[in-house]
Amino acid sequence: MTSADLKDTTAIVIRPVEAADLGQVIAIDAESTGIQKTDYWYELFHRFGTGHSRQRLFLVAESEGTIQGFIIGEVRDWEFGSPSCGWVFAIDVRPGARLAGLGTKLFDSICAGFRHAGVDTVRTQVSRDNNLMLSFVRSQGMMAAPVITLEMSLD
Amino acid sequence: MATSLALYSTLEFAANPGRPVTAAEIAAKYGVSLHHLSKVLADLARAGLLDSVRGVGGGYRFAGNPKRLTLLDVIELFEQTVESGNGNGERNEVETALAQVLSEIDEITKATFGSITIETMLKLVEKHRNAGSPVAEKMQR
Repeated sequence: MTSADLKDTTAIVIRPVEAADLGQVIAIDAESTGIQKTDYWYELFHRFGTGHSRQRLFLVAESEGTIQGFIIGEVRDWEFGSPSCGWVFAIDVRPGARLAGLGTKLFDSICAGFRHAGVDTVRTQVSRDNNLMLSFVRSQGMMAAPVITLEMSLD
Repeated sequence: MATSLALYSTLEFAANPGRPVTAAEIAAKYGVSLHHLSKVLADLARAGLLDSVRGVGGGYRFAGNPKRLTLLDVIELFEQTVESGNGNGERNEVETALAQVLSEIDEITKATFGSITIETMLKLVEKHRNAGSPVAEKMQR
Protein backbone atom coordinates (compact mmCIF):
# COMPACT_ATOMS: atom_id res chain seq x y z
CA MET A 1 0.00 0.00 0.00
CA THR A 2 1.29 3.47 -0.82
CA SER A 3 0.53 6.89 0.62
CA ALA A 4 -1.74 7.45 -2.39
CA ASP A 5 -3.89 4.55 -1.15
CA LEU A 6 -3.94 6.05 2.33
CA LYS A 7 -5.36 9.46 1.48
CA ASP A 8 -8.47 8.48 3.40
CA THR A 9 -6.94 8.07 6.82
CA THR A 10 -10.39 7.54 8.37
CA ALA A 11 -9.88 3.90 7.31
CA ILE A 12 -6.93 3.76 9.70
CA VAL A 13 -7.50 2.42 13.18
CA ILE A 14 -5.14 3.41 15.99
CA ARG A 15 -5.22 0.74 18.71
CA PRO A 16 -3.01 -0.90 21.34
CA VAL A 17 -0.49 -3.35 19.90
CA GLU A 18 -1.26 -7.08 19.99
CA ALA A 19 1.21 -9.96 20.00
CA ALA A 20 0.20 -10.85 16.43
CA ASP A 21 1.31 -7.37 15.24
CA LEU A 22 4.91 -7.75 16.39
CA GLY A 23 6.22 -9.34 13.20
CA GLN A 24 5.06 -6.35 11.15
CA VAL A 25 6.31 -3.85 13.75
CA ILE A 26 9.75 -5.51 13.68
CA ALA A 27 9.74 -5.40 9.87
CA ILE A 28 8.85 -1.67 9.79
CA ASP A 29 11.65 -0.90 12.24
CA ALA A 30 14.13 -3.10 10.36
CA GLU A 31 13.28 -1.38 7.08
CA SER A 32 14.02 2.03 8.63
CA THR A 33 17.07 1.17 10.72
CA GLY A 34 18.53 -1.73 8.76
CA ILE A 35 18.76 -3.76 11.98
CA GLN A 36 16.48 -6.69 12.87
CA LYS A 37 16.01 -6.37 16.66
CA THR A 38 13.57 -9.20 17.39
CA ASP A 39 14.49 -9.76 21.07
CA TYR A 40 14.37 -6.03 21.77
CA TRP A 41 10.83 -5.74 20.35
CA TYR A 42 9.52 -8.73 22.28
CA GLU A 43 10.97 -7.21 25.45
CA LEU A 44 9.27 -3.89 24.63
CA PHE A 45 6.00 -5.69 24.00
CA HIS A 46 6.12 -7.31 27.42
CA ARG A 47 6.88 -3.98 29.12
CA PHE A 48 4.58 -1.70 27.13
CA GLY A 49 2.19 -3.78 25.10
CA THR A 50 0.09 -5.54 27.68
CA GLY A 51 -2.24 -2.58 28.16
CA HIS A 52 -2.27 -2.98 31.94
CA SER A 53 -0.85 0.46 32.64
CA ARG A 54 -2.13 3.91 31.70
CA GLN A 55 1.49 5.06 32.08
CA ARG A 56 2.82 2.94 29.21
CA LEU A 57 1.50 3.09 25.66
CA PHE A 58 2.39 1.00 22.61
CA LEU A 59 -0.01 1.86 19.78
CA VAL A 60 -0.21 0.72 16.16
CA ALA A 61 -1.90 2.14 13.07
CA GLU A 62 -3.77 -0.60 11.23
CA SER A 63 -5.36 -0.50 7.81
CA GLU A 64 -7.20 -3.57 6.50
CA GLY A 65 -5.14 -5.95 8.56
CA THR A 66 -1.80 -4.32 7.76
CA ILE A 67 0.21 -2.50 10.42
CA GLN A 68 1.31 0.79 8.85
CA GLY A 69 3.08 2.34 11.82
CA PHE A 70 3.56 2.40 15.57
CA ILE A 71 4.34 4.71 18.47
CA ILE A 72 5.60 3.93 21.96
CA GLY A 73 5.83 6.12 25.03
CA GLU A 74 5.41 6.30 28.76
CA VAL A 75 4.80 8.71 31.59
CA ARG A 76 7.97 9.24 33.59
CA ASP A 77 7.83 10.76 37.06
CA TRP A 78 10.50 13.15 38.32
CA GLU A 79 13.07 12.03 35.80
CA PHE A 80 16.06 14.39 36.15
CA GLY A 81 13.93 16.40 38.60
CA SER A 82 11.23 17.09 36.02
CA PRO A 83 7.53 16.82 36.99
CA SER A 84 5.67 13.90 35.39
CA CYS A 85 5.49 14.12 31.63
CA GLY A 86 4.90 11.83 28.68
CA TRP A 87 7.92 10.63 26.73
CA VAL A 88 7.69 9.37 23.17
CA PHE A 89 10.68 7.18 22.48
CA ALA A 90 9.76 5.36 19.28
CA ILE A 91 7.62 6.22 16.28
CA ASP A 92 7.75 4.93 12.73
CA VAL A 93 5.54 4.63 9.66
CA ARG A 94 6.10 2.34 6.69
CA PRO A 95 8.03 4.39 4.09
CA GLY A 96 5.32 3.70 1.49
CA ALA A 97 2.58 4.95 3.81
CA ARG A 98 4.19 8.25 4.80
CA LEU A 99 2.88 11.74 3.92
CA ALA A 100 -0.70 10.64 4.58
CA GLY A 101 -1.00 11.95 8.13
CA LEU A 102 -0.45 8.60 9.87
CA GLY A 103 2.38 9.89 12.03
CA THR A 104 0.18 12.77 13.15
CA LYS A 105 -2.66 10.36 14.00
CA LEU A 106 -0.31 8.19 16.05
CA PHE A 107 1.17 11.22 17.78
CA ASP A 108 -2.28 12.68 18.55
CA SER A 109 -3.38 9.32 19.96
CA ILE A 110 -0.45 8.94 22.30
CA CYS A 111 -0.87 12.55 23.45
CA ALA A 112 -4.53 11.75 24.25
CA GLY A 113 -3.28 8.74 26.24
CA PHE A 114 -0.83 10.92 28.15
CA ARG A 115 -3.59 13.43 28.95
CA HIS A 116 -5.74 10.55 30.16
CA ALA A 117 -2.84 9.53 32.42
CA GLY A 118 -2.89 13.02 33.92
CA VAL A 119 0.11 14.77 32.34
CA ASP A 120 0.12 17.96 30.29
CA THR A 121 3.56 17.87 28.65
CA VAL A 122 5.03 15.50 26.09
CA ARG A 123 8.74 15.18 25.32
CA THR A 124 10.94 13.26 22.97
CA GLN A 125 14.60 13.13 22.02
CA VAL A 126 15.80 13.23 18.42
CA SER A 127 19.29 13.09 16.98
CA ARG A 128 20.11 16.50 15.54
CA ASP A 129 21.19 14.74 12.33
CA ASN A 130 17.74 13.20 11.90
CA ASN A 131 16.15 16.03 9.96
CA LEU A 132 13.13 13.98 8.88
CA MET A 133 12.12 13.17 12.45
CA LEU A 134 13.02 16.65 13.75
CA SER A 135 10.83 18.23 11.08
CA PHE A 136 7.99 15.86 11.94
CA VAL A 137 7.98 16.59 15.67
CA ARG A 138 8.39 20.31 14.98
CA SER A 139 5.35 20.13 12.69
CA GLN A 140 3.39 18.69 15.61
CA GLY A 141 4.17 21.84 17.59
CA MET A 142 7.09 20.56 19.67
CA MET A 143 9.73 23.11 20.65
CA ALA A 144 13.10 22.71 22.38
CA ALA A 145 12.62 21.51 25.95
CA PRO A 146 14.25 23.37 28.86
CA VAL A 147 16.81 20.56 29.19
CA ILE A 148 20.05 19.78 27.40
CA THR A 149 21.19 16.23 26.77
CA LEU A 150 24.91 15.85 27.42
CA GLU A 151 27.31 12.97 26.90
CA MET A 152 31.01 12.12 27.08
CA SER A 153 33.15 9.35 25.77
CA LEU A 154 34.30 6.85 28.40
CA ASP A 155 37.34 5.77 26.38
CA MET B 1 19.11 42.65 8.10
CA ALA B 2 18.60 41.07 4.67
CA THR B 3 18.09 37.65 6.31
CA SER B 4 15.44 38.97 8.70
CA LEU B 5 13.65 40.72 5.84
CA ALA B 6 13.78 37.51 3.79
CA LEU B 7 12.28 35.46 6.63
CA TYR B 8 9.51 37.99 7.34
CA SER B 9 8.74 38.28 3.63
CA THR B 10 8.73 34.54 2.98
CA LEU B 11 6.28 34.02 5.85
CA GLU B 12 4.17 36.91 4.63
CA PHE B 13 3.92 35.52 1.09
CA ALA B 14 3.38 31.94 2.27
CA ALA B 15 0.56 33.09 4.53
CA ASN B 16 -1.17 34.54 1.46
CA PRO B 17 -0.76 31.82 -1.19
CA GLY B 18 -2.02 32.84 -4.60
CA ARG B 19 -2.46 36.50 -3.69
CA PRO B 20 0.10 38.89 -5.16
CA VAL B 21 1.65 41.06 -2.45
CA THR B 22 3.67 44.17 -3.26
CA ALA B 23 7.02 45.12 -1.76
CA ALA B 24 5.44 48.43 -0.69
CA GLU B 25 2.78 46.55 1.28
CA ILE B 26 5.36 44.56 3.25
CA ALA B 27 7.68 47.56 3.70
CA ALA B 28 4.82 49.59 5.18
CA LYS B 29 3.69 46.74 7.41
CA TYR B 30 7.11 46.14 8.96
CA GLY B 31 8.37 49.73 8.71
CA VAL B 32 11.42 48.83 6.60
CA SER B 33 13.18 50.45 3.65
CA LEU B 34 11.38 49.71 0.37
CA HIS B 35 14.67 49.94 -1.51
CA HIS B 36 16.35 47.35 0.72
CA LEU B 37 13.29 45.07 0.72
CA SER B 38 13.02 45.18 -3.09
CA LYS B 39 16.54 43.77 -3.40
CA VAL B 40 15.71 40.97 -0.96
CA LEU B 41 12.52 40.08 -2.84
CA ALA B 42 14.42 40.01 -6.13
CA ASP B 43 16.87 37.54 -4.55
CA LEU B 44 13.99 35.37 -3.30
CA ALA B 45 12.46 35.43 -6.79
CA ARG B 46 15.80 34.47 -8.36
CA ALA B 47 15.94 31.51 -5.96
CA GLY B 48 12.50 30.40 -7.16
CA LEU B 49 10.67 31.11 -3.92
CA LEU B 50 8.61 33.97 -5.38
CA ASP B 51 6.93 34.53 -8.74
CA SER B 52 6.77 38.02 -10.11
CA VAL B 53 3.24 39.12 -11.05
CA ARG B 54 3.16 41.99 -13.53
CA GLY B 55 0.52 44.65 -14.17
CA VAL B 56 -2.10 46.30 -12.00
CA GLY B 57 -2.41 44.42 -8.73
CA GLY B 58 0.97 42.88 -9.41
CA GLY B 59 3.74 42.14 -6.97
CA TYR B 60 5.10 38.80 -5.91
CA ARG B 61 3.43 35.49 -5.16
CA PHE B 62 4.80 32.60 -3.07
CA ALA B 63 6.19 29.84 -5.30
CA GLY B 64 7.86 27.58 -2.74
CA ASN B 65 6.64 24.40 -1.08
CA PRO B 66 5.75 25.38 2.51
CA LYS B 67 5.90 21.75 3.64
CA ARG B 68 9.49 21.38 2.43
CA LEU B 69 11.05 24.85 2.59
CA THR B 70 12.86 25.39 5.89
CA LEU B 71 14.08 28.51 7.65
CA LEU B 72 17.63 27.32 6.95
CA ASP B 73 16.93 27.20 3.20
CA VAL B 74 15.96 30.88 3.31
CA ILE B 75 18.83 31.87 5.61
CA GLU B 76 21.40 30.16 3.40
CA LEU B 77 20.35 32.33 0.46
CA PHE B 78 21.66 35.35 2.34
CA GLU B 79 24.31 34.05 4.72
CA GLN B 80 27.19 31.67 4.47
CA THR B 81 26.58 29.11 7.20
CA VAL B 82 29.60 27.90 9.10
CA GLU B 83 30.63 24.33 8.45
CA SER B 84 31.52 22.31 11.52
CA GLY B 85 35.03 20.98 11.74
CA ASN B 86 38.51 22.04 12.67
CA GLY B 87 38.79 24.82 10.12
CA ASN B 88 41.91 25.83 8.26
CA GLY B 89 45.36 26.16 9.67
CA GLU B 90 46.88 25.06 12.92
CA ARG B 91 45.25 25.98 16.22
CA ASN B 92 46.60 25.96 19.71
CA GLU B 93 44.72 24.11 22.45
CA VAL B 94 42.75 27.19 23.55
CA GLU B 95 41.57 27.90 20.02
CA THR B 96 40.70 24.22 19.52
CA ALA B 97 38.70 24.06 22.74
CA LEU B 98 36.83 27.26 21.95
CA ALA B 99 36.17 26.08 18.39
CA GLN B 100 34.67 22.88 19.78
CA VAL B 101 32.17 24.86 21.88
CA LEU B 102 31.32 27.22 19.01
CA SER B 103 30.87 24.24 16.71
CA GLU B 104 28.38 22.76 19.20
CA ILE B 105 26.36 25.98 19.07
CA ASP B 106 26.51 26.07 15.26
CA GLU B 107 25.29 22.50 14.97
CA ILE B 108 22.33 23.10 17.29
CA THR B 109 21.45 26.30 15.44
CA LYS B 110 21.62 24.57 12.08
CA ALA B 111 19.53 21.62 13.27
CA THR B 112 16.90 24.03 14.62
CA PHE B 113 16.59 26.20 11.52
CA GLY B 114 16.85 23.15 9.26
CA SER B 115 13.94 21.34 10.91
CA ILE B 116 11.41 24.17 10.97
CA THR B 117 9.45 24.41 7.74
CA ILE B 118 7.50 27.44 6.59
CA GLU B 119 4.30 25.49 7.21
CA THR B 120 5.39 24.79 10.80
CA MET B 121 6.22 28.49 11.24
CA LEU B 122 2.77 29.49 9.95
CA LYS B 123 1.19 27.16 12.53
CA LEU B 124 3.31 28.80 15.22
CA VAL B 125 2.24 32.25 14.03
CA GLU B 126 -1.39 31.10 14.18
CA LYS B 127 -0.86 29.82 17.72
CA HIS B 128 0.54 33.19 18.83
CA ARG B 129 -2.28 34.97 17.00
CA ASN B 130 -4.83 32.95 18.94
CA ALA B 131 -2.95 33.76 22.14
CA GLY B 132 -3.13 37.46 21.25
CA SER B 133 0.51 38.16 20.30
CA PRO B 134 0.84 41.67 18.75
CA VAL B 135 3.51 40.39 16.30
CA ALA B 136 1.24 37.62 15.01
CA GLU B 137 -1.63 40.06 14.68
CA LYS B 138 0.65 42.28 12.61
CA MET B 139 1.17 39.40 10.16
CA GLN B 140 -2.60 38.98 9.82
CA ARG B 141 -3.18 42.60 8.80
